[in-house]
Formats: sequence, C-alpha cells, structure tokens
Amino acid sequence: MLSVGPIAFTTPWLLLGLLILPILWLLLRAVPPAPIRRRFPGVALLLGLTDDSTQTDRTPWWLLLLRLLAVAAIITAFAGPVLNPKDETPGNGPLLVLIDGTWADARDWPRRVKRIDAALADAARDGRTAALLTLTDLPPESPVFQDAQAVRQRIAALTPKPFLPDADAITAWADRLTGTFDTFWMSDGLARDSRNTLLGALESRGTVTAFESPRPVLGLRAAQVVDGDVAVTVLRAAAGVGTQTSVAAIGLDPAGTERRLATAPATFEAANTETTATFDLPPELRNRVTRFEIQGVRSAGAVTLTDDALKRREVALLAGASEREALELLSPVHYLEQALIPTADLIDGTLADVLLANPDVIILADVATLTAIESDTMIEWVENGGLLVRFAGPRLAASDISRIDEDPLMPVRLRIGGRSIGGAMSWGEPKELAPFPDTSPFFGLPIPNDVAVTAQVMAQPDPTLASRVIAQLADGTPLVTRKSAGEGSIVLFHVTANAEWSTLPISGLFVQMLERLAVSTRPAAPTADDLTGTSWMPEDVLNAFGELERADTLPGVAGEDLAAAQPSAAMLPGLYAGEDRRIAVNAIGREDVLTATSWPARIAVEGLDVARETLLKGWLLAAALVLLSIDIIASLALSGRLRGPRASAVAAVLVALLLAPMDARAQEDGFAISSTADVVLAYVITGDTRVDEMSDAGLYGLSNTLFQRTSIEPSFPVGIDLEADELAFFPFIYWPVTADQQLPTREAYAKLNRYLRSGGMILFDTRDADLARFGSSSPAGRKLQAIARGLDIPVLEPIPQDHVLTRTFYLLQDFPGRHPGRDVWVEAAPAGAELSDGMPFRDLNDGVTPVVIGGNDWAAAWATDQLGNPLVPIGRGQAGNRQREIALRFGVNLIMHVLTGNYKSDQVHVPALLDRLGQ
Amino acid sequence: MSDAPLTLRSRAESLAAPLPPLLAEAENLASTVMVGDHGRRRAGLGDTFWQYRPAQNHDEMRAIDWRRSARSDAQFVQDKEWQVAQSVLLWVDQSASMSFTSLKDGTTKADRARTLALATAILLLRGGERVGLTGNRLPPRRGETHVSQMATLLSEDHSDDFGTPVADGMLPHSRALFVSDFMGDLAGIETALQKAAKRDVRGALVQILDPTEEAFPFDGRTIFESMSGTLCHETLKARDLKARYLERLAERKDRLSQLARTTGWQFHTHHTDASATSALLWTYTALERRT
Repeated sequence: MLSVGPIAFTTPWLLLGLLILPILWLLLRAVPPAPIRRRFPGVALLLGLTDDSTQTDRTPWWLLLLRLLAVAAIITAFAGPVLNPKDETPGNGPLLVLIDGTWADARDWPRRVKRIDAALADAARDGRTAALLTLTDLPPESPVFQDAQAVRQRIAALTPKPFLPDADAITAWADRLTGTFDTFWMSDGLARDSRNTLLGALESRGTVTAFESPRPVLGLRAAQVVDGDVAVTVLRAAAGVGTQTSVAAIGLDPAGTERRLATAPATFEAANTETTATFDLPPELRNRVTRFEIQGVRSAGAVTLTDDALKRREVALLAGASEREALELLSPVHYLEQALIPTADLIDGTLADVLLANPDVIILADVATLTAIESDTMIEWVENGGLLVRFAGPRLAASDISRIDEDPLMPVRLRIGGRSIGGAMSWGEPKELAPFPDTSPFFGLPIPNDVAVTAQVMAQPDPTLASRVIAQLADGTPLVTRKSAGEGSIVLFHVTANAEWSTLPISGLFVQMLERLAVSTRPAAPTADDLTGTSWMPEDVLNAFGELERADTLPGVAGEDLAAAQPSAAMLPGLYAGEDRRIAVNAIGREDVLTATSWPARIAVEGLDVARETLLKGWLLAAALVLLSIDIIASLALSGRLRGPRASAVAAVLVALLLAPMDARAQEDGFAISSTADVVLAYVITGDTRVDEMSDAGLYGLSNTLFQRTSIEPSFPVGIDLEADELAFFPFIYWPVTADQQLPTREAYAKLNRYLRSGGMILFDTRDADLARFGSSSPAGRKLQAIARGLDIPVLEPIPQDHVLTRTFYLLQDFPGRHPGRDVWVEAAPAGAELSDGMPFRDLNDGVTPVVIGGNDWAAAWATDQLGNPLVPIGRGQAGNRQREIALRFGVNLIMHVLTGNYKSDQVHVPALLDRLGQ
Repeated sequence: MSDAPLTLRSRAESLAAPLPPLLAEAENLASTVMVGDHGRRRAGLGDTFWQYRPAQNHDEMRAIDWRRSARSDAQFVQDKEWQVAQSVLLWVDQSASMSFTSLKDGTTKADRARTLALATAILLLRGGERVGLTGNRLPPRRGETHVSQMATLLSEDHSDDFGTPVADGMLPHSRALFVSDFMGDLAGIETALQKAAKRDVRGALVQILDPTEEAFPFDGRTIFESMSGTLCHETLKARDLKARYLERLAERKDRLSQLARTTGWQFHTHHTDASATSALLWTYTALERRT
C-alpha cells in the first residue's frame, strides 16, 4: 500500500497508467473532432476552396485537458485511493477472537461478522491458529486453537444472544485459561464489572486488541404509565452530542395485522444519557400496544414488551334505574367508581351502547331484568371472553330472576328474599368473612376485621354450588360466586355494591378483590412474594435482533426467576403467561443503566477512530463521468452539432417536458374558473358521440333561451367526465342514459352522491318515452336502474300537479321533450303535506329535488345550432312548434327550480297565481 | 408472362401517384394568374373575326363575305385575327441536386421547379400557345390533355448530380423556359443558350435555390457531399467558407444573368421558401414579353 499524505492506494501500480497521459495528449491533439456528413448541392461551388488556417484540425487545448483529467480520474480511481488508511501490524501466535455476543452487538451484527471474518482471514494469512468464542455462550474449558481457516467456517453459525453474559461464568472461565495467545475482543460497548477481571486474565496471556463500534448503544426501559400517558425511557450508553430518535408503539390493528400505532420523539440533550418518549394514547389504542421499539435499531435492547401492567381495562358500570334523588354515597355504583377510576377506563351509557364498545368488564349493580335482546347480546359477549360482574341489591332480591331455573347470566340460583342478619329486627350478629379457600382467586388476601355483612341474597343449594363459591361468610353462606361461560365468566357478589348491605365496598379488600377478578389492573409489578412457587410459560420470546419468536418449545420458568427479571439463557426476554396475567421480561430492566466501556489506555481500541477509512474510488469515477459528459457537450458544440433543426427540436422537447406539468395544472384551474365564472349547464359524456353532440346542442339551445327570457345568463354548456371532472361547479347536470354506457366507478359514485347531497340536480333522460313507459321495459331504463343503484336517491313519485316545477317560471302541466311522455319522476313530497283550504297547492316548502327522471329526450327538443335553428324535428307543423316551446319552458322552469329552489312555493305569490289561474 | 400486366400496372400506378397532386398544385397555381386577351391584334389566319375589308384582286371569290357585301355595292372580305400559336419549350432540371430541401414542409427544389413549369405550361395552353419539352421528349402541342402527359414526363427523376439544359428539338423563333438550380457546369448552359440564340429562341432562365444554399449556415468540421454522393468536399471550419461560397454563388448568378442578357433571355432567381406565385407571374410575363 502506497500512501501519499492522508491518501493511500490499494493497487498503486495502476498509477503507472498516468504515464500514458502525455501520449494520450499527443494522440488526442492530432485527432480532430469527427466530421459531419452533409448532403449539399452547393458543393459544386465549394470545390477547390481550401481552409484558411490549419489550426482548427487540432482539438482545442481545454477540451484535451478535460479529457485528460477524466482519464486521470479513472486511472486514479482504479488504483484504489483510500483516505485515512489504517495500518495494521501482523502478530503471531494463537489468536482468540472473543465476542460479547449480547443484544448490544445485534444492531450492527453483519458488520461485526465481516470484521471478525477479516481478523480470522488475516490470522489465516499469517499462519496463526485461532479460536472463536462468545461470552454469552462460553464453553466449559479453555479455548481450543484450531486452524484459522477452519474457524472461519463457524462464523456463519454465530448469533448474538438477547441477554448479557453471566459474570460468575466469566470469572470461572477466566480462571481456567491456559497458554499464551493474543486476543481480539469484539466488544458490544457496554461497561460490565466482569469485563475488567476478564481483561486482566486475558492480558496475562498476550496482547489484547478491542473493537468497538463508535455508535452509542441505545436501549429502552419498560414502559410505564405516568399521569395517564405511557412513558418509555430511552437510554444511551454515552453522552455527547444531542440527538433525536423516535420510539414506535407497535400492536395489532382492529384487522389483526401488526402495525405501528404511534410514534413519539425522544430527544437526548447533549449531557444526558436518558430521555423519555411520551405517548398520549387513547385507552383503546393503548390496550393494543404489544411492544415499543426504537425505530431503526435492530436489537433486543431497543424493544420493550408490554404486559398487563400497561393495559387498562375498559369497565362498563350499569346501575338499576333509580327513581329517587338519592344521595351520592347511596348510589349503587359510587364505591365501584371510586375503586376503579385510578386503574380502569369507565364507560357510561345504556347497555346497548356499552355492548357496542365491547368492554372487558361489565358491572351490573342491582340490575335484575334485561330484555331478551339485551340478554342475548350479553350472553354472546360473555362467551366471547367478557367478564360480567353482578351485585345484588333490593331489586335483584325482589325479582324472580334465576329462581327456578338458573339464569344464563347468573352463576347460581337464588332463594326468595334473601336474609338480613344483625339488624334491629333480626337475630344474630353481622357476619364476617371466612378465609378464602386456596381454589379461590382471592386466596391469600388478608381479611380485615371490620368487614361485616348485614344482608345478602342466598344461593339455592345445588350440586354445582360448592365449586362456584369463591368467597363465603364465616357461616358458610356464599358471598361471591362465579361460573364460567364460554371464554368469559360471570361473577355475583351476593351483597350490594354500596355500603347498605355490608361494609365490604368501603374496605381495602374490595379493591383487592376487584383486582384479583381482573376487573381492574394491578397498579404495580408483582412482587417476588406474589410469584414464589408459581410457574410461567413463555408465549413469545425476543431474539437478540429484537424480533419476536414463538416459544412453544421452551420450558416454563419459575416465578422467582421471573421476579428477578434478569434475562439469561434459561429465561429469554419475552412474554410469560401465568394463570391470569402475563408478565414481560425485557432485555433492559426497570432500573438498568447503560454505561459505555472505558478501556485502559494500553489497549488498542479499533473502530473508535474519528477519521474513518474513506474509499475515494466512487467519487473519482463520478468526477470522471461528469467530465466526460461535459466533453460530450463541448465536442458537439465544437463540431457544430448543437445547432441545426434537430438540435432545436430536442431543445423544444426538453422545454415541453419541463413545462408540461405546469400546463396540466393551469388547465385544471382554467376548467374551474371557466365553470364557475358563469352559470354553466353540464351534461354527462356518455361516450356515444351522437348523444353527446345532441346533449351539447340541447343545453346550448336551453342556455340561449334562458339568456333571452330570464335573468339567468348561462355560459356555453360543457360536457363532464364523471371520473375526472369536479362536479361541484355545476348546479345542473343533464344525464342522457344510453343502453351501453359505462357504469361510474366507486370514486365517481362517491362524487355523485356528494354532489346530490350538496344540492346539485341531475336530470336523467332515458330518451325512449316514444317506445317505453318508465321502468325497466327498455334497455336505457334498465341501465338507468343500474346507474341509480349506487346513487343516494330519495323516494320518488310521479311529478304531482302541484309540484313547484309547474310554476317556477312558466305555468306548466306537461313536461314534453321530443316525446310527449307523461312519466316524469321527482323526489316524493313528505307524507304529511296537507292541502289547506282555498289553496291550490300543498304547503311544500323544503328542498330541491335532487333528481328528475324521465324519458322525453328533452335535449333533442331544446337543441339548436349556433344560429338558433332547431336541429331536430318535433311533432308536426304548428303543434310541433308548440311542443318545442313547452319543452323549452320546462327547461326554463327546471333551471329556475335548481337556482331558486322553492321560492315559488312561498305563499307570497299565491294570490297573483290564483288570479292567473282564474280561480 | 402472367404477371407482366400486373407489374406494368403497379409501376404505372406508382408512377402516376405523384401526378394528381402535381397537376392539382400546378392548376391551383395557374388559376392565380388571370389570362388576358392574347390575340395578335392584326389580321391574319385565325378563327375569330377581326375586320371587314374591301375585296382585292387577289382575294378568291369564295373568300367574299356575301352577307356583308349584300348591304352595299362593293365586295367585302372578312379578315380573321391573326392567331399564330407560339411554341414554348420547357426544360426542367430533373437531376439529383434538385431533390434537396432544408424546409420543414419538405418542398424540394424539384417540386417547386415542376410545379412552376407545369403551371406555366397550363397558363400558356390556356392562352392558346403550344407547349412542349425540349430534347424531342414532347413536341409542342395544344390541349389540356397534353398537360398530364407533360406532368408524367416531368415527374421522372434522373440520377446524375447536376443537370445540363437540353436545347435540342427547339423550333426556330419559339420561346423556351429553363428551370434549374444551375449548380452544374456553366459550359453546358452556355452551349444550350447559344444554340437557342442561333435559332432565335428567346426565353427565361429560372434558378430555383433552397434558402440553405443562400445562407450556408454550416459550422465545424464538415464533409459536404453532392446529392448522389459523387462529389465531396471536406472542410475543417465550415464557417470560414461561408464568405467565399456566397461570393461564388453571386458570381454564378452574375454570369447567368450576363449570359441571359447576351442571348436575349431573362434570368430570375427563386427561393423555395418564397411563394411560388411570384415566380409564376415573373415567368409568365417574361415569356409573354415581346422582343
């Protein structure tokens, strides 16, 4: 390797190629640019003319220089220039390649593998033996050194582990080391106590070189709920510059596919190694989150799994209707609310509403009867995994529910009445609770002395009763019973949810019982005591790269290990499921801190150099390419090929390409402006040229008529493409229905429905009133039905005699077009419209009909040419002219109706209209 | 044997294909010129009445116009207007150099030359003259049908680089029209003109040039080739040649107009980017001019 200043060359002999540059200079200088051949009759006049100077047959010096620079750049590039090259000195003797192999290695594992491969390749070249070890997977004995080439084969099998090495195992292994060898330590960059002892042991055997990535290690602590927000602490190993990362919350969307549900930024101040990403998630979304990830980092440390601790259950509280203005403290659900608000999300509403929200738990406080539909839905909900908790109360006690047959929504049958103990009118003392049996979910909860029950509903003795009791009073009567139904369960507290029947709701036990029933979530992680003696099955485990893997084949772990939350080979980080909850074990614990390694000065640490090796080959080749491109243009210019008809054509094409998008936008704007500057009547382009021309001519004739007779002064009509054009600009659209036109696409339907809802009007014209009456008896009619199926069309009726269309401008009774058909349909009047006395019209004041449907081929009747001559013969002689006139009047009325709405329905004009009608 | 008529037919059709447009174009062009009265304005042989004159001794009895004579005592003879048709012979350069164009609409010099010549022929025929082609290719005749025959002959393309006027078959005292770019050897033109002058044939030379040939907008190292590729000239700096080329072109035009002057001909340069009508007008008046 030859080095010149900070640049070295990997294949310096290629630089000899630079010697040919002077030769190239001479060669290139002698070769003028290639000539253009031109056919030119005037050549006869040119014969015998000689060039004035011979200078121009040489390539100009600057072009030469350009080419030489390009060639020089290429030669230098292939000589492999390297900026800031690294010099390595080969060693001898056995080489131990030691890898930490933790999750912190996983983020740039392929690079590390490459580096290890290079180290082993060097060792093989130097004839050294080598051994390859990972600290997370230590063999029991001292390393066995083999041929380095053979060791290289094993690199592919290496994988990092998602946990940190065991300090004891390392110490024991360090003690067993024998022989002398050099060590190449591939460090993950995290400080550990075990590292120093091992370093000492290794240094006593030979020199130690370390490799460490300069990028700081990033990690995530477990997510926690802080003030209703989810906070995830992001750690980094070394402070330094301020950086920003983002943390993503990942979970299943409602469709069941895993996706990123939210992201939050995490900004490190320059001096900090710890920062927090805060997610403000709605409960629904928060319950879906399965893990948080630092985006762009592939490592188990950058992933934190969430368990039940993060979930807040959705609880619906329903109480029996109370007629009285009760005191707040007597409210059946007051204590429940107080107990649940800190740990669960409460849902209010009627039962039907609540079931739609699909809560985790529904609590019915003294609700006795449900309607058949409600109870069916409720049963379905329970069987799909819902938890129904019911509380007794006067209403339940008084009802006949679950009296003779067991109600599907009650765990037990109830006796009539219930009982009252320790009151003024009854015998006995208030009863206390018996200790919970070990089959009960409440097992182990301490029973306070002050809990006393004065009234309860009684369960009928049944063969199944004993197995359903999960809490009982000291006298053996059931206090809480439970039965499972499908995947869910139903729990009945035999007392009220308020303090009327017992003091249970105001004791601390009540809250704990709700927790145990999984009505609310536990506020904190389970303690070691809770977990002692339990056994947990891994559901999903993380590999070192932060990917979840199924853990069906892994053995269960003991609760004590889980409580220690220290991942190891026996307990991989992952999600562990117990009887009623799941616990996440993460690669980074709740209190862990990431610290960067600090190697002693005597250890050479690779990879931390600020100046990194930079290969300049690509840059030089790019420069050569640029120079050659310039050369092309310059050569063209020199040989006169940049001018001439073809060159200008190319330039024109380029300019057109650049300008084309602007043109398109300008066109769109132009369409909008021209459509909205005036009233513009529009028709739907059917694709049938004759029909479209007729529509255009028809609307042209109608526009002219409107212009002459009314204050509506429309501009030229336009044809619109339902798929491409915006409809909102047009108050009125004429839609001739042809049998073979395309149905609009889904987007076009959406546009049409929006148009109809926002006050537009479409006149559907099947143009076949001469052949068929309204309906599906003609091809156009069937097509109209097909088109209308996707439209938001209201109930229609044949146009009534008193419809506002009969009098918006002209008084009309018929609506002929080219055909004098009678069937014209408009939106039906509201059913309640009444004809008041003395009035010719019903009192209908609302709305413009969004559609008018008929088949009279109005466009043909309206159609004129530019001079106003009708295009289509109508009827015969004078009668035909009259029909055309009435058709035009209908058109005027229609547009008036569109633009003025039901103005003419106002009573104001009725006297004048009556006068005209002669009534 | 069996396909001979077929090939003949297809050849004939491909040959005839350019004719209708050429004819239509020429007709169109000719219709822009109003044909005036072309009688000779003197008594002589002809069809139309010119004057009555008293019969002379040498007049034959049957020449006497009895209807006029009956109105008076003297005998009158009906003189007809002298209608001697002039023969006009056309020569259009059909060589390869004429097929050059630099225009966007693709109008070659040959196109323009043919259109111009044919339009002139149509005008002359309408004026009652006889029109033919030089070189005994088409003797001067009258009649509209003659035009299509002439168009057929004019549509042929020759492969030689530059054309030389053919002065054979010219009738004495007739008129002639030579249309070419006159880029070829001047000696041939000179010979042809002298030959024509000997027979007292007057006429017009129309030089058709492409705008490129006038402008010489070339640059850089260029090899110029004649249209058939037989002549070529290489230059390293085409722009430097421009001045000298234009000088030579002007010289050639001078020489042509001088030749024309000495032989009593007219000379005109027409560019293909200019309107053909102006050239037609010039040509027509040049041929009509009495010397």
